[in-house]
Amino acid sequence: MEPSVVFFSGLTASDVWFLTEAAFRTLLISVLSISMGTAIGIFCGWLLYEGKIFATLTLAPILDVFRSVPLIIQLVLFYNMAPILGLNLDPFASGTVILTIYTAALVANVARGGFEAVGLPIRRAARSLGMTYFQDLRYVVLPIGGRAVFPAWIGVALGVMKDSALVSVLGYVELLKASQILITRTQQPFVVLAIAGAFYFALSYPVSRYAAKLEKRWAQ
Amino acid sequence: MFNYNFQWRPVWRSLPDLFEASLVTLQVAALAIVLGILVGLVLALVRMNMRGPARWIATAWVELARNTPVLFQLFFFGFGLGAFGWHLTPFTIVLVGLTFNSAGYLAENFRGGFNAIPDTQLRAARSLGMTAWQAYTRVVIPQVFRLVYHPITNQMVWAVLMSSLGMLVGFRELSGETQFLASRSYRIFEYFAVTAVIYFVIVKIILLVSRLLAMRLFRY
Repeated sequence: MEPSVVFFSGLTASDVWFLTEAAFRTLLISVLSISMGTAIGIFCGWLLYEGKIFATLTLAPILDVFRSVPLIIQLVLFYNMAPILGLNLDPFASGTVILTIYTAALVANVARGGFEAVGLPIRRAARSLGMTYFQDLRYVVLPIGGRAVFPAWIGVALGVMKDSALVSVLGYVELLKASQILITRTQQPFVVLAIAGAFYFALSYPVSRYAAKLEKRWAQ
Repeated sequence: MFNYNFQWRPVWRSLPDLFEASLVTLQVAALAIVLGILVGLVLALVRMNMRGPARWIATAWVELARNTPVLFQLFFFGFGLGAFGWHLTPFTIVLVGLTFNSAGYLAENFRGGFNAIPDTQLRAARSLGMTAWQAYTRVVIPQVFRLVYHPITNQMVWAVLMSSLGMLVGFRELSGETQFLASRSYRIFEYFAVTAVIYFVIVKIILLVSRLLAMRLFRY
């Protein structure tokens, strides 16, 4: 006798749309945490550069922790710590907070490298021309140092975009979580994962090629 | 606001289990790096010296490894291959996934390393009567190894951090074990906090050992 209930249904066009939506959520959480993390990271990088010994003793070890502990542990830890502190965060908020701090920790080092890439004589020259400290930062350090570390920053940003897949552990339905949901229903892991992988690849590959091209051009 | 009772005793009691699990983590990460170095070396050489299908496969490998999330890669080896009736054990999933990923990243490092060694050295070695194998293993690769030593160290750290994703494919390394123990006693925060510390210490030990090794290996 034919079973009257269908447990598993095939992949349909609406499922592909479901994945597309999820890809946008991946993009959303990535863009949000990368932009906030970059802002904080640049500030931390500036502190590391200017605050010499004090920052090296206080800020650097803190940032180091976020680079030496697996992201997934950070996520689980923070997600379980928030209620203890009396915060009521949903997976998206928790994920964004941790991804932001994680990005900031990575960007801080990149930014410090950027500050160090600008020679002191150039900066002294800028100051002697009558520029204020912040004019010097804005018109001298940013263009020169920023250019030096831009490819490295893109590497960090792409890394965070890919690592945002880990937020699925908390239950936020981004691309990878969506693919898992679909696999459970359709029982076609290979096809679904191939589509999800194609989305990630489409998000990451053009940017990484662009960065490689820039790096090559600037190296000349 | 702070009315949560921390209970650390179950964690202290299961510390031996956690240490044992961290050995599993180290084991799988070290194995993945060794295999990753070998495969990465082959990929880099194939991409530089060959044409046709071999080169396409190597390029596809490197780009896929670098442009999709590690977690996606683990899921792919874990569930995606199930569509073809290949069911890997959790250990194999993590090992294959990490090797695939590390090989892709290391291949790019090796390529950069090989490009930094002038062609003339290879030709000089060949005209001294060395075979191609001798020229590579005695002249080129030792120099490349010196250049990529630092990236390999970083990759080793990454492999340890990435192996934490094993907990999502049912592998009982440090994170998986922690999750198992935490779900038994329901002291999630305490367990993961201790695990975070263990990861931090492991990473620091790896960096220290690699620095000592470098002092021993690269002295003139």
